[in-house]
Amino acid sequence: MDQKSPNMTVEYVGEDVIVATLVDEKILEESQIQALESSFLPLIEENNPAKLVVDFSNVRFLTSSVLGLLIRLSKKIYEAGGILRLCGIQPKIYEIFKITRLDKVFDIYPTREEALEGLV
Amino acid sequence: MAKNLRSSRRKLELTSTMEAAERLCSELLEEAKEKGFEEEDLFAIHLALEEAFVNSIQHGNHSDPSKKVYVEYSITPQRFEISIADEGPGFDPGTLPDPRMPENLCKTSGRGVLLIRSFMDEVEYNSKGNQIRMVKFKRAGVPSKGQRG
Repeated sequence: MDQKSPNMTVEYVGEDVIVATLVDEKILEESQIQALESSFLPLIEENNPAKLVVDFSNVRFLTSSVLGLLIRLSKKIYEAGGILRLCGIQPKIYEIFKITRLDKVFDIYPTREEALEGLV
Repeated sequence: MAKNLRSSRRKLELTSTMEAAERLCSELLEEAKEKGFEEEDLFAIHLALEEAFVNSIQHGNHSDPSKKVYVEYSITPQRFEISIADEGPGFDPGTLPDPRMPENLCKTSGRGVLLIRSFMDEVEYNSKGNQIRMVKFKRAGVPSKGQRG
């Protein structure tokens, strides 16, 4: 079953893997961050422990607020023994992860297919 | 060509809202693009502007609409320079925790200044710490460091 919210497309792969594809090209406003958090939290709570893949392939620009959101989500997921993987991150945005050393914190895969390996 | 060689230096006062900052960001990026800045530099400038405005408006002025953000900028075909000041008490950027240290790595905030310093070529604060000045040189217009005159 696939679901759509204004800021992400949610797809269930296999039995219990959630692939959330971010829709917006730019994620920078506080309202966008809050909307994303409101979309992610029920997904994580309803699928506990969650196996979540977040696909960034549509995203061309983001700010450090998004990193904060990802850390909040990862804490919830990891505390419950779940899995969080990121994929499709454009090179310039990947640089943001590298500079902040969050490339060492998050499991980042080049493509959605690679992110799904071993999960489905 | 004549238009591109002209420098523009402007002073503005913004209300402390991210909407006002977003409008200005769009104008500044458009102007930088007209001056020949390319995508990679525009990404860097955009990121630095967003992070600096969040710091000024949300952390400096606490989003108080009665407080202003003071902007002065100059964009030439060689360099993008901007200073952004708020009415807050300021902070000492030297005492900010390094978000890359293991104990800070999973904190949910505190990365804006690191990103500004990483993506811009010159970054400095005034002594009070409520004004940032930052410069980005156009990539193609800057002689390489090894080049001699």
